[in-house]
Amino acid sequence: MQPMTTEQIRVLIARGKLKDTVFQALGIICLAIGLLVIFLLVGDMLMRGLDRLNLEFFTEFASRRASQSGILSAWVGTLLVMLVTAAAAVPLGVAAGIYLEEYAKRNWITDIIEINITNLAAVPSIVYGLLALGIFVYTFGFGQSILSAGLTLALLILPIVIVATREAIRAIPSMIREGSMAVGATRWQTCRYHIIPYAMPGILTGVIIGLARAIGETAPIITIGALTFIAFLPPVPFTATGMDGASAGLFDWVMSPFTVMPIQIFNWTSRPDPAFEVNAAAAGFVLMGMVLSMNAVAIWLRYRMRKNIKW
Amino acid sequence: MSANSASDLPQVSDRLAKNAMRHVSERLIESVLFAAAAVSVLTTIGIVYVLVTESIHFFQNVSIVEFLTDTQWTPLFDDAHYGIMVLISGTLVSSGVALAVAIPMGTIIAIYLSEFANPKVREVAKPVLELLGGIPTIVFGYFALLIVTPLLQKIFPELPGFSLLSAGLVMGIMIVPYIASLSEDAMRAVPMSMREGSYAMGATKLYTAIHVVVPAAVSGLAASYILGISRAVGETMILAVAAGMQPNLTWNPMEPAATITSYIVQVALGDLPHGSIGYQTIFAAGLTLLLITLLFNILGQWLRRRFREAY
Repeated sequence: MQPMTTEQIRVLIARGKLKDTVFQALGIICLAIGLLVIFLLVGDMLMRGLDRLNLEFFTEFASRRASQSGILSAWVGTLLVMLVTAAAAVPLGVAAGIYLEEYAKRNWITDIIEINITNLAAVPSIVYGLLALGIFVYTFGFGQSILSAGLTLALLILPIVIVATREAIRAIPSMIREGSMAVGATRWQTCRYHIIPYAMPGILTGVIIGLARAIGETAPIITIGALTFIAFLPPVPFTATGMDGASAGLFDWVMSPFTVMPIQIFNWTSRPDPAFEVNAAAAGFVLMGMVLSMNAVAIWLRYRMRKNIKW
Repeated sequence: MSANSASDLPQVSDRLAKNAMRHVSERLIESVLFAAAAVSVLTTIGIVYVLVTESIHFFQNVSIVEFLTDTQWTPLFDDAHYGIMVLISGTLVSSGVALAVAIPMGTIIAIYLSEFANPKVREVAKPVLELLGGIPTIVFGYFALLIVTPLLQKIFPELPGFSLLSAGLVMGIMIVPYIASLSEDAMRAVPMSMREGSYAMGATKLYTAIHVVVPAAVSGLAASYILGISRAVGETMILAVAAGMQPNLTWNPMEPAATITSYIVQVALGDLPHGSIGYQTIFAAGLTLLLITLLFNILGQWLRRRFREAY
């Protein structure tokens, strides 16, 4: 090989550096596109929907006339479905995470459970809808209710909660467990008084991210056959009989038909009348606000956690 | 002394009894935790059971050969045809468009974040990507239909109001965060010494990234691409909103078409009686979808094992 002159080497280095710079610019552009999409989305929905974003929009039911439609049944439905989802997914997911980290022995059963959780995370959400349609709606007879929808979404986010719980538990050093066991605590007491409290922020982060995912899920809820036009609210417990003797009415709302924010948006986007696009934009803005603020809380929690780590 | 031992005796048996109780409750708690972990396995069994039993009913009426070879999909018409290829073509075309966007963009962002960006940029960029990944797909559907399609129509005036192209492009943007984040993790796991070796030979950052880091992380990259494919194939709402829902056997992204997922949504929106052939088609379609994602996941695991680099 011909030895290169200093000049040639300089050219070579300059060319290499140029390529580096060009690639960096490319990377920044790609990142900027992502950021741009978020801004464009939020901005467009805000601009289009601004007229409709007033108090009536939140206190009116959906209507045939675009300008009088609101999202009352949608946001109430979303809230109640999330309540059921959280009530089912949090205990199940945390318990499963604790079992896999603190109790499970290395054997084939544990392997199956772990492989299974990884695979479930890759199953399309609409397949969960089909599962719910076959099992919850028809086999268990829950019908097209808040309960069916909440349980469906709970199964959907279960892998997220389990993985977050496991990661949070794994970050706790083993000396904490050893210290607890050394003073005579049982395995469960160790979990109850040490592992769970220390893992709490991590678990909470996972739960919030899971719920933020569930709040925007549309396909599985459509699949179970949720109605898209609901002009009533689920029954409020104790409304008729007051505080006593009304325990039968306490959980009546879980069997009620419902609609949720994403379904309301879908319904409005698929109308041919462009007046409904305005409603879709306004509702989309509200939904984005919910999801983004939940994600922001999760990110902030994780950031604080990383700063406050004690060991 | 004797008085002491007399009062000691009941205490000892008390403690033994308490110990035994503790043992029982520990075992009980362990089985409860195990049951929670087993829910994920039950979910999988439930999914397979529901899809397979309903599909068996379906295939009693429609032959598998017709299902796989017919070129029309009109299950709800009097002249019913059940050619799943029609839906598969829509799914593959839209996924192809999405991956053509997501794989290059995701990989560039991952390389940029892991090899070029300083930690401060990374601290900001990762949450932004997470926010992008957390946007509800129904909102992305709105974005595709009302923002991206009109923009594309300025470039391609003949583009119809619903198209696989605009849905696929937006789906690609949606998948970018998944691919970027997983690929970045894989590349950051490559030991520093390999990069240092490359730099010591005089390689530039870009050269090192492409010729040293990417080959070393290739199994992780493959895994992230496979996850991207599963997301694309299983994505529902963007396609239901922006790609139109008419079955159309086409390989042209400029046309509207139904996918497996948007067909399921379309049927679920209607009012099909439980047990009818139309009701069974969505489970046959769901089974096909699950098998496609399963196929890609198996391929991904094989790729990972085949190309895994051990240090």
